[in-house]
Amino acid sequence: MSRAAIDGIVRPKGARNKVLRVLLFFILGLFVLYYLLPLFVMVSTSLKSLDEIRGGSLLSLPRNPNFDAWGKAWQSACVGVRCNGLRPYMWNSVAMVVPAVLISTTLGALNGYALTKWRFRGADTIFALMLFGAFIPFQVVLLPMARTLGLMGLAGSVTGLIFVHTVYGLAFTTLYFRNFFIGVSDGIVQAAKIDGAGFFRIFFHVMLPMAPPAIVVTVIWQFTQIWNDFLFGIAFTVGDSNPVTVALNNIVNTSTGVKEYNVDMAAAILAALPTLLVYIIAGKYFVRGLAAGALKG
Amino acid sequence: MSNVRLEKVWKRFGATEVIKGVDIEFNEGEFVVLVGPSGCGKSTLLNLVAGLETLSSGNIFIGDRLVNDIPPKDRNIAMVFQSYALYPTKTVHKNITFGMETRRVPVAEQERALKQVTELLHIDSFLERKPGQLSGGQRQRVAMGRALVRHPDVFLFDEPLSNLDAKLRIEMRTEIKKLHQQLGKTIIYVTHDQIEAMTLASRIAVMDNGHIRQFASPETIYEEPEDLFVAEFIGAPSMNIVRGRIRKKGQYVVEVIDEEGSILFPLPDRLLKPAAAREDQEVFLGMRPETITRKGAQRPSVNMFSFQRAIDVVEPTGPDTMLVFTLGNIEAIARVHPEDREQAGAKYAFEVDMGKAKLFDVKTGKRL
Repeated sequence: MSRAAIDGIVRPKGARNKVLRVLLFFILGLFVLYYLLPLFVMVSTSLKSLDEIRGGSLLSLPRNPNFDAWGKAWQSACVGVRCNGLRPYMWNSVAMVVPAVLISTTLGALNGYALTKWRFRGADTIFALMLFGAFIPFQVVLLPMARTLGLMGLAGSVTGLIFVHTVYGLAFTTLYFRNFFIGVSDGIVQAAKIDGAGFFRIFFHVMLPMAPPAIVVTVIWQFTQIWNDFLFGIAFTVGDSNPVTVALNNIVNTSTGVKEYNVDMAAAILAALPTLLVYIIAGKYFVRGLAAGALKG
Repeated sequence: MSNVRLEKVWKRFGATEVIKGVDIEFNEGEFVVLVGPSGCGKSTLLNLVAGLETLSSGNIFIGDRLVNDIPPKDRNIAMVFQSYALYPTKTVHKNITFGMETRRVPVAEQERALKQVTELLHIDSFLERKPGQLSGGQRQRVAMGRALVRHPDVFLFDEPLSNLDAKLRIEMRTEIKKLHQQLGKTIIYVTHDQIEAMTLASRIAVMDNGHIRQFASPETIYEEPEDLFVAEFIGAPSMNIVRGRIRKKGQYVVEVIDEEGSILFPLPDRLLKPAAAREDQEVFLGMRPETITRKGAQRPSVNMFSFQRAIDVVEPTGPDTMLVFTLGNIEAIARVHPEDREQAGAKYAFEVDMGKAKLFDVKTGKRL
């Protein structure tokens, strides 16, 4: 697995192979540009003034880069009739995403642990049913969920949204942890039982310390899903409790006044920044954990 | 009191019966080895004693205590697993003390027990390492250390050596035996390796298909196997079992016929009675490979009988050479001194000690 082992592979030599390799990297380079272009356009547009945007080309670099558009997007852009920018909605999203990710990940870990290490009659059926939840489209649950939230008195609140995302995320988090824990030797749990540890002591002191790869994958997955969710956000919240995705839509799709492309771009980047950061910080664990789950699942 | 008694123990997983009515008692301080082919139920039996599986019916006593419904942690047992089952995220130190922490043993007491055990097992030099940084043999020792600190009444070993390489396995085998002599605790040890069973056990229980076939000392198991299964399972290479017919040619003999002609194996006095009762009937004749040698290589006795057969294959193992030849319809093996070897295809004068030969009933498989 070390770098040396990868670099040590004997490769075919000769002019033909060299040409093929250059061609390969040229094509790969084109793909890189293709994927980077939208990001480039967004960043550069957000740094331009409105005049420059109207006068110049899409690909040209900003003449006087400034962060005015960013400031406006953050605190004074108008969402509907209120002009406080994205900031309050950012906090809505944070207040929603943090508890939803924590709760769904914790419950998923407990589920995965119970389904693999405390096998009970019907465990496989329950797992199959939970897995089925991963394939239910969002739209299908909208109406029943709205009714449920209404009955629970959580309609239109951030708490309600947390509840929806937790329930919806359980299928995925359970799947990740179940696939991870199934690769852990049963002997370890048996040894802990003989050592006198119970369900929760084994979970917190033996299993969970082994699970960082699964935890990282689940947290990234859940964070991205919940942060980027638009449908549940727009369906189950109103006005002040909107998550940032809904607010972004309201800024961009406003039909009054001049279209401020620079502010739109800045707002879009701001709204996407948290997921980007999570990927950058934990990305390598993400790939590692996915691979581990795939091999052992 | 720490004897272990099983009464009419049954274990079913759904419709599959894994343990089928086992009655057995292990004495205090005894080293019992459960041996049998994979899938015979030996590990399940051990898990039942440990409390990691629930009984379907029957009773298990540890000492005088009925433990059927007592969870593993309260049975005062310790277990060493095949996969070691060390806690991968904990140091050696924490691996060993985790059980004591769980039971809220005072820290000073924990440290004292830890010191004693780690010194005994020579693992005191890497207490702060994690299992991933240890070799197989070291992990094995840590797993044993974790069991030892409990001061249990009964030790349970589930194939503890099968993940080690051959050399280490022999070392650890000796070490486990030494440990048993020092501690004098009851040990129940599961293995599929009949050499481990022979070397370690004070008594061996041979299991097959959910039944205990025979429970006796290693010598008895080897020399007086109850039936064909035990005879074939214990001993490597395994006993030559050849089909023949009992005849009376002056004395009682077993007549074995094959393409190379017929051989009349004379039966020793010991087997005359069962032979007389089965005149002209088929039997299985069992001869261990080491009782068949080159003519003249064993101490002369009245029970020596020599015969000729062509060698099919020669297999040197170092200390001995195995000569494979056809007898009846089986590939028989003779274990000869390396200097007594001959080329494959050569006619060879074998000599067998019929005093050690066994007869088995064709239908029931029981030894006669």
